Amino acid sequence: MAAGSGKVVFKSSLLRWIDDRLPIVSALYNDAVVYQTPRNLNYWWNFGSLAGVMLTLQIITGIVLVMQYTPHADMAFDSVERIMRDVNYGWLLRYAHANGASMFFIVTYIHMFRGLYYGSYKAPRELLWMLGVVILLLMMATAFMGYVLPWGQMSFWGAQVITSLFSAFPLVGDPIVTWLWGGFAVDNPTLNRFFSLHYLLPFVLVGVVFLHLIALHTHGSNNPVGIDVSKKDKIPFHPYYTVKDLLGLSVFFLFFSYFLFFYPNSLGHPDNYIPADPLVTPAHIVPEWYFLPFYAILRSTVYESLFTPLAIFGYLGITEKLMGVIAMFGSILVLLVLPWLDTSRVRSATFRPIYKWVFWLLVIDVIVLHWAGGEVPTPTVVLVGQIATLYYFVHFLVIMPLLGKFERPRPLPDSIGKPVLSHGAAAQPAE
Amino acid sequence: MADTTVRHGESGGATRRDVLDVVTWSAVAIGAGTIVWPLISSMNPSADVLALSSTEVDVSQVPEGSGITVMWRGKPTFVRHRTPAEIEEARAVQLSALKDPQADEERVKAGKEAFLIVGGNCTHLGCVPLGNKSTDDRGDFGGWFCPCHGSHYDTSGRIRLGPAPTNLPVPEYEFISDTVARIG
Amino acid sequence: MRLLKLSALLVAAGVALWSAGSQAAEGAAEPKQISWPHDGFFGTFDRAALQRGFKVYQEVCHACHAAKYVTFRALSDLGFNEDEVKALAAAYTVTDGPDENGEMFERPARPSDTMPSPFPNPQAARAANGGAYPPDLSLMSKARHDGDNYLFSLLTGYDDPPAGEEELAPGQYYNHYFPGHRIGMPPPLMPDQITYDDGTSATVEQMASDVTQFLAWAAEPKMEERKQTGIKVMLFLIVLTVLLYLYKRKVWADVH
Repeated sequence: MAAGSGKVVFKSSLLRWIDDRLPIVSALYNDAVVYQTPRNLNYWWNFGSLAGVMLTLQIITGIVLVMQYTPHADMAFDSVERIMRDVNYGWLLRYAHANGASMFFIVTYIHMFRGLYYGSYKAPRELLWMLGVVILLLMMATAFMGYVLPWGQMSFWGAQVITSLFSAFPLVGDPIVTWLWGGFAVDNPTLNRFFSLHYLLPFVLVGVVFLHLIALHTHGSNNPVGIDVSKKDKIPFHPYYTVKDLLGLSVFFLFFSYFLFFYPNSLGHPDNYIPADPLVTPAHIVPEWYFLPFYAILRSTVYESLFTPLAIFGYLGITEKLMGVIAMFGSILVLLVLPWLDTSRVRSATFRPIYKWVFWLLVIDVIVLHWAGGEVPTPTVVLVGQIATLYYFVHFLVIMPLLGKFERPRPLPDSIGKPVLSHGAAAQPAE
Repeated sequence: MADTTVRHGESGGATRRDVLDVVTWSAVAIGAGTIVWPLISSMNPSADVLALSSTEVDVSQVPEGSGITVMWRGKPTFVRHRTPAEIEEARAVQLSALKDPQADEERVKAGKEAFLIVGGNCTHLGCVPLGNKSTDDRGDFGGWFCPCHGSHYDTSGRIRLGPAPTNLPVPEYEFISDTVARIG
Repeated sequence: MRLLKLSALLVAAGVALWSAGSQAAEGAAEPKQISWPHDGFFGTFDRAALQRGFKVYQEVCHACHAAKYVTFRALSDLGFNEDEVKALAAAYTVTDGPDENGEMFERPARPSDTMPSPFPNPQAARAANGGAYPPDLSLMSKARHDGDNYLFSLLTGYDDPPAGEEELAPGQYYNHYFPGHRIGMPPPLMPDQITYDDGTSATVEQMASDVTQFLAWAAEPKMEERKQTGIKVMLFLIVLTVLLYLYKRKVWADVH
């Protein structure tokens, strides 16, 4: 599957012996050492490996935390406090896991926006991209269920709100919610199944990550110039990119440490330090920051204000609630078909003068959605959220298909060699 | 960017590169190794487990000639009320005849010789020996007998016969009143 | 240079995230901003203030509020030695058992016990407080937005209701910093209500400040260990980053 594959002969007779029977050594060698990588990848290409590191860290800290955590509605909160106070380095493990989730999403979102900017989702990497979307969905499910486990107020009410989304489906909605809860309310059975799935899904995630890597290594990395790279412009992964990835990791860990050691609760919500209480809802329920843009889409999709015309769907039996759920899931699922919505044949935004701006508009749009998701939904917030929601879908469903037809890309270079040699900085086309 | 004139690091700045190479990879290894420590350390007993390490026993409730089992640190601990004959028997033994020589006087508190407090797990592989009830099989030496692999303990809890390597351990304890012992 | 730009971006992202988390409670004044000794990268707890604050908690707050995650043994963090911790614990009675007759019995608390709750159950707590439940205080400073400043402000924020406001119902008190301004807790602190062992004058502000610091410790007893570990980790990472930067430049020298 690797670009540099072929028979490898190892010096060590033990390695030769193993590899003859189980070609794992040559697979590692081909895919992690001599693997041919474009020489012009910039630091935005670091975020994929960072996501891999975060996944690994989450799994490791998670496995150790499970040794101390009690998945029972009456004991979960206490057991988390015991971890924080009495378990050796428990505070470190728990904060690393909680903040680690945020870090995992930061690097993953940057990784995705990098893919959007440089057109990494285009042929022949469509499946690579789609597997990435599956990874994102798994991450979201895992993070949501993990947030429920401490059984604080936000855990409980987050579980309540998100599971209730499924009640939007006609006829089957309520039975599905009861089935999800394992009872008539979010309670101990719900906590137990979330715990089980929170432990399971990361391993499924690892499996999909492997598929993602197989797909990646089939055609190799895209690059800032976006053109196919000739053999002479490729370099082995090790030592070049191992060192570059480690450097990025070190800088990223500094960023992580700032939160982990000095402001470990700044990304969380104070209400989750209040034990779950089914009788009292917190004044202002917000999901974790990484869900806010999607939460804004959910909340903005109501048949009023800008979206009043959507009320005709109401007559067709699609309630406001269902429409919100459709919009929220749609906002992620639309990414799955993005490779076919984008009609431009040029990958990198560097050579697409209009797309470059459209990309940044999307970034701003997502930031606006993030803001709207965290605010109390006043009419102004709802209107802003609706405009941003509308633009989000217009970007993918209207602008992307049309832009490819009308935009005149700048001339592409013949090889990546020239722009890279001209200057070390971000790849500019040779003038 | 003066270094960039060196076309091939291997030939040009060889020594400097080698030192940097070693130092950098060592630092990476140290960093990775340090991450492992909290993971391992977290599996050691936590502060709350270490704090809960004393149990009080009212020894006046133990009839002469038998013993009771109390829980201490999650394990059984024997409190045996010995008869004068049993004490006599324990003290008559030649230390040289013992596998793990220790005098009976060292295993009880002075003035409280009737009460023997020992850990209740066989020192062989951790089974709980029989012998607290006078109707139990107490083995050849009148103390305890471990049914798992046949270790015999005497009336001082010392190993006399069988595979166990050492005597039943005496935990740290003190009499806080005439009848109450605090273990731990 | 690109690495620098990227680092700047990460810092900006951090600031954005951090500010996203801040949400002021509606219908309450923004808490007074106090500079606490335990704030910041190098902040540590003021042991004398913690001990005074513990006294305020014991003699005032504990009449109604439990702190069930605070164990007596943990009080050694406040600077008490082993015997002092034992004496502090022994002043409280806890229920233990059942004994050999199957009866529950009372005994003096040991260092391994947690602070006993003032009420046997939440129902009794409500009944004794006119229906309002006095919440557990162990995590209070993390369970409120801007917790330390909020607690201090709340304790010093009692006032007469402004003219024109609706009359207070019986059992309600006016507080500038409580969401909705109407709080069920009577003003807890009176000047010279307690006598500090170190002779500090027990003003309301002093007691509020001390007990706030005690509650900050109670909510996050590992704070000092966390920050000190963090400083070491970050120093190591800075050195590692410099080494990796130099090494990376060496490795890449023949590519550029």
